[in-house]
Amino acid sequence: MIIDLFIQFIQMLAVLLLAPLLTGLVRWVKARLLRRRGASIFQPYRDLVRLMHKEVVLADNASWLFRAAPYLIFATTWVAASLVPTFATGLIFSWAADLIVIVALLGSARFFLTLAGLDVGTSFGGLGSSREVMIASLAEPALIMVVFTVAMIAGSTQLSTVSVFMLSPEVGLRVSLGLALVALIIVALAENSRIPVDNPSTHLELTMVHEAMILEYSGRHLAVLEIASSLNLLLYVSLISSIFFPWGLANANAAPAELFTGFIFYVGKLVVSGCLLAVFETSIAKMRVFRVPQFIGTALMMALLAALLMFVTRSL
Amino acid sequence: MTPLLVLFGCLGTLLALMPVAILCRRFSFVSQLVYVTSLMASSTALGAVLFHLLINPTLASSLQLPLGLPWLGAHFRLDALSAFFLAVVNLGGAAASLYGMGYGRHEESPERILPFFVMFLVAMNLVVLADDAFTFLLSWEFMSLTSWALVLSHHRQRGNLRAGYVYLLMAGFGTLSLLLAFGLMAGSGGEFGFAMMRAGELSPGLAGVVLALTLLGAGSKAGIVPLHVWLPLAHPAAPSHISALMSGVMTKVAIYGFIRIVFDLLGSPAWWWSMVVLVIGGLTAVIGVLYALMQHDLKRLLAYHTVENIGIIFIGLGLALAFEANGLNALAALALTAALFHVLNHSLFKSLLFFGAGAVLTATGERDMERLGGLIHRMPLTAFAFLVGSVAISALPPLNGFVSEWLTFQAILVSTELPQWSLRLLVPAVGALLALSAALAAACFAKAFGITFLGRARSQAASLANEVDRLSLGAMLIFVVLCLLAGIFPGYVIDAIAPLTRLLVDGNMPVQAGEAWLTIVPIKQSLSSYNGLIVMVFIVTSASLSAFVIHRIASRKTRRAPAWDCGFPDSSTNTQYTAGSFAQPIRSVFGSSLFQVREEIHMPPQGSTEPARMTLRMRDLIWEKLFAPIEGLVAATSARLNQSQFLTIRKYLTLVLVSLVFMLMVVALWR
Repeated sequence: MIIDLFIQFIQMLAVLLLAPLLTGLVRWVKARLLRRRGASIFQPYRDLVRLMHKEVVLADNASWLFRAAPYLIFATTWVAASLVPTFATGLIFSWAADLIVIVALLGSARFFLTLAGLDVGTSFGGLGSSREVMIASLAEPALIMVVFTVAMIAGSTQLSTVSVFMLSPEVGLRVSLGLALVALIIVALAENSRIPVDNPSTHLELTMVHEAMILEYSGRHLAVLEIASSLNLLLYVSLISSIFFPWGLANANAAPAELFTGFIFYVGKLVVSGCLLAVFETSIAKMRVFRVPQFIGTALMMALLAALLMFVTRSL
Repeated sequence: MTPLLVLFGCLGTLLALMPVAILCRRFSFVSQLVYVTSLMASSTALGAVLFHLLINPTLASSLQLPLGLPWLGAHFRLDALSAFFLAVVNLGGAAASLYGMGYGRHEESPERILPFFVMFLVAMNLVVLADDAFTFLLSWEFMSLTSWALVLSHHRQRGNLRAGYVYLLMAGFGTLSLLLAFGLMAGSGGEFGFAMMRAGELSPGLAGVVLALTLLGAGSKAGIVPLHVWLPLAHPAAPSHISALMSGVMTKVAIYGFIRIVFDLLGSPAWWWSMVVLVIGGLTAVIGVLYALMQHDLKRLLAYHTVENIGIIFIGLGLALAFEANGLNALAALALTAALFHVLNHSLFKSLLFFGAGAVLTATGERDMERLGGLIHRMPLTAFAFLVGSVAISALPPLNGFVSEWLTFQAILVSTELPQWSLRLLVPAVGALLALSAALAAACFAKAFGITFLGRARSQAASLANEVDRLSLGAMLIFVVLCLLAGIFPGYVIDAIAPLTRLLVDGNMPVQAGEAWLTIVPIKQSLSSYNGLIVMVFIVTSASLSAFVIHRIASRKTRRAPAWDCGFPDSSTNTQYTAGSFAQPIRSVFGSSLFQVREEIHMPPQGSTEPARMTLRMRDLIWEKLFAPIEGLVAATSARLNQSQFLTIRKYLTLVLVSLVFMLMVVALWR
């Protein structure tokens, strides 16, 4: 019990500490690919510390919701991220919330973010919020359909059980899994405002979505939102790796040595996926906003197809 | 027996209020008197049915009163199913009375509302209590007529007369369908008691017809697409506490009618009827929420959103039918529990949201979201209550809307057990529709809350609004608490629903009360489980912890300054996003076929100072293709028949003779 609690606590802390590192890594690799020197991969930590110590400049008509939203967004994202197995499957609270709850928790974070975008009443904030809900209205069903597929294969919606099942040899190669993986990657790109859906490094542009919503934030509020969006990226990477690439995940009651190998594997996966993301982002151009629905619609269709295949071919 | 007597005592009190309300209409105290008494009567009734539901739910007590047709009498019966729905009705009634005590003070002509309000409450109670078809239909029609009168209480406002007209037509159509359904079930014996219908066995074909008629009759009252057209017209037209009752409670009485007839009275219809219900449920959910997204009238948005939730409930009912037809009773119980849980949830948060909309209407005199904004500063408590309602209805954890949606998803996931291929193909598609409608619902309420309460005031009325009275706020806060409680202690609600599923589908979900930490486990632990309490504790702890740590170790300095807005802040409130512009991306994705959206942008020539213009054309295809022809036909026929009022006596006599001969011939041929 104590060990389980400890592992859960370590995972919660680990995702929090590793999240800015992943963001820094992606930025650094992107910069190198563009033949720039790039900031150190630890730059996001420095940014966070700096932001935390600055004063907050609130818009005159910002309400309490505007001030509470960063913490709510951070909390829901963190709770969701701590429910995804990173290096060990034995999460003590995984029975409290399954994959559908994780999807809904991310939905809560997005809901408050869109409200925060609308709060000050500027045109940029509304622009970001209205586009965000459009993207989410397609990405969320796609994600649920991926969850259906995975749950159907593993016979459970609990992520720890799913990971354990995916490690076992009875998974085999399935068309549905491939379709679900592609759909999940597209959803992950959209939900993390990455190219080609949104550009995370853009500012002062009419095409921005995520940055437009947090435009009025400053100081510690901005820092909290930055951590939350780093956490979101880390969450999706952990989600994809724990479902589709669960190699090296330690068991629930593993020895400390195994936990350590699991952790090394996890960091390795983060590095690989960070590099892949950077390469992908560098090699593709951003889409026009109204092309995005087709892009995410593809994910929805693929995920629906995957779920249909599973429903027809297998019974629980 | 006692709860039933208490219930009738309460109904009698409510009935006695009607003459009081009419006779004392000149006195100003009558409004308070009626609302206070109805609050007490509804609360007592709520206590009585909760007692029945929680203490001895398997007991069914019945009562026969010498009312109605002399050789029939009126039969009433209180079992687990009616107790559950009576709880929903009386909770809504009590809260509406409390809200009315505050809200009703601003009413110009209370005599047009009060008598019908109490009658409406009585009628809804009687529908749920009725134990024979005659009493059921009479109460049903009574419920329709009283609510129709309430829709017309502000009959001088634009559009309300038309709303009343459409509502009356649709209500008549619905009752007719139900009448035919009961007629088929009663058979040639003409036995109208529910007990006899339950015992009787219909052929599968006839059972299908009864199901279709019930779907038309109860479905039109509940608001399934495409029979929903009256609902977004009528619900917003009534005063807000009546809107809350109509949307939150009356649609649930319609659901009760469907469940009572299809699951209780009717034998088992063929399995493929569940496909019809599932398709209707899925389409209703998505089309309802898309319509809601396009509205900029706050109350109409809420009314359209009721349509979406009815769709979600029907998805659960369709799944339950499919499982039951295949003998999978435990799974049918899961699907039915999901539907019933959503019935309760929707009655909670929809009433809450309509109360909030009513508060906005009282404070600003506006329902149009394009003229609101920034109300979170002027009406903080209403804004908080509306926010909680929005989070709950968007199915976000840890509030109650999420639990019922999660249960529905679980029911969809276990539908691989179904033997029929077509159902296995259909159910995941319906699941996708449900997921889509959930995502769109969050968008819809981000819009409803964001445009109404956030941003800057778009009109003077909104900038001068004041918080509403305490009684209205109290009614809202009760629902806020209930939404939270049902969200974090869902196991108790599921256990309270278990007697209903045992009664209707002869199966029940595992008992939840014994689960550790109040977790809910729909089938077994390894498959899926959810704990709203722990999720809630986690969120609250990590949010307050992070806020505490940051304020402690980092900066806590705050400065107010003008909004930044990328360096180009505009003092005009017109440059904010509006309800229309917020929905524009979604409109362009989903609306091109459903609404035939056409946007024309007219740019002035260069150098000209005239403004650019955008024209937006949207069509309501369901109304145009389905109802406009019917409306035209009805109008043309009635215009033609109108001439028969001005005939000579000879022609009348001929008419009478011809119809008499015709009838006699029909009778002769029939024999």
